[in-house]
Amino acid sequence: MTATGERETGTFTVKRGLADMLRGGVIMDVVDAGQAKIAEDAGAVAVMALERVPADIRRDGGVARMSDPALIQGIQEAVTIPVMAKARIGHFAEAQVLQSLGVDYIDESEVLTPADEAHHIDKWPFTVPFVCGATNLGEALRRISEGAAMIRSKGEAGTGNIVEAVRHLRSIVGDIRRITQADSAELYGWAKDLGAPVGLVQEIAGSRKLPVPLFCAGGIATPADASLVMQLGAQAVFVGSGIFKSDDPARRARAIVEATTHFEDPSHVARVSTGLGEAMRGEELGELTERLADRGW
Amino acid sequence: MGEPSATVGVLALQGDVREHETAFGEVGVRTRRVRRPADLDGLDGLVLPGGESTTLSMLLTSSGLFEPVAEAIGGGLPVFGTCAGLILLAERVEDGRRDQRSFAALDVTVRRNGYGPQRFSFEGRVVLAPDPPGEPMPAVFIRAPVVLAVGAQVEVLATEGEGATPVLVRQGHVLGATFHPELTADRRLQRLFASMAEPAARRGR
Repeated sequence: MTATGERETGTFTVKRGLADMLRGGVIMDVVDAGQAKIAEDAGAVAVMALERVPADIRRDGGVARMSDPALIQGIQEAVTIPVMAKARIGHFAEAQVLQSLGVDYIDESEVLTPADEAHHIDKWPFTVPFVCGATNLGEALRRISEGAAMIRSKGEAGTGNIVEAVRHLRSIVGDIRRITQADSAELYGWAKDLGAPVGLVQEIAGSRKLPVPLFCAGGIATPADASLVMQLGAQAVFVGSGIFKSDDPARRARAIVEATTHFEDPSHVARVSTGLGEAMRGEELGELTERLADRGW
Repeated sequence: MGEPSATVGVLALQGDVREHETAFGEVGVRTRRVRRPADLDGLDGLVLPGGESTTLSMLLTSSGLFEPVAEAIGGGLPVFGTCAGLILLAERVEDGRRDQRSFAALDVTVRRNGYGPQRFSFEGRVVLAPDPPGEPMPAVFIRAPVVLAVGAQVEVLATEGEGATPVLVRQGHVLGATFHPELTADRRLQRLFASMAEPAARRGR
């Protein structure tokens, strides 16, 4: 973090503050400026700029890397909402490039091919904030201890299947609930079992929530999916392949935005779900050869 | 006392709703989430929180809230907008979307995202004018708007930086901040808005 006069940039308050402002919203994967405009028109709170949506990364195979800066800049010029971009797990040089481009958030993402099999990026030295994926509370707290200012449950990207997102969200939220019931001695056992710093576990015991906002990703394809994960405790949703792999992306995008806001109102979710056309086809988890959620630790 | 304290609505379509609820709770003000027109009934004040102004503008329209909120503000309901909430109140918005709607209740010109991308978001200190009085206030600016011009009816209550840029403005019953007083521990602005929303104060106008 740096101070200019009395202004201090890159503080944790500023990093997690932007995540707080995105709460209750939908962050959409886009691969070009045209899709970014559709997302903004539909009410997205932010877009994630990437070269291929996860469903295509899964289909094409090969190494998936940070996007071409020209693509990211094109999207930054097209919209006024925050622009996020993905770096490979552990690839701090890609993260440095993304920071220099002025992206608003970096996703250190398992959707790209990991660059380091033992280390995630040390996120504290960066001015730009990071979001990281997690399948359970221990993984979430390890990412927070490395400086992540937002956590998203991983789900299984590119499948259009919500089952893994539900599993990961229930695991994280359930363990937070159980920790609030633990006595002070048991918190050390929790820290050992989770492989997480005891200070963060103690913080959860007191505050009854994750120290940073918890969003949900990986498999959201319908407005009801968004309502489901919001009711399970997500504070906002990432939608990747689910929008632009569907029949009518503009309409589906807007419907998911409304369902995320009015997630507690089934009649509103019903209204926006009506006549949306085909959702993305989706994948049975048993048919997958590789699980992206297994990347990272 | 004996007068029932104020109930302040917090627009709960998107953004940092919970922080506003906590901050007002700390100064003894009841809050209510506003998602539908019926939620506006009987409120003494309304908070428009931080979030994405383009998203909030769309959701205000689709949930049928835009006209009732505009009418309430026009009828004198005290309103406090922070960051995106201020943009929704401003009469003139630069770098907005063409279809972005505003309540046009504050005679100011603002530029959205006036400091640049997130890496220029910052923690600073703002200098308060005599009302509300006291020490400089710690303030968090997140992709914040910049107030470029204020009309004659607008009081500048706080400024920031060497250029003394207006960051807290008031026009009668409308209060707007470019920063996030709900993210810091200083509660002077919640108290100021609570006093504007006091049922007795409103009857006196």
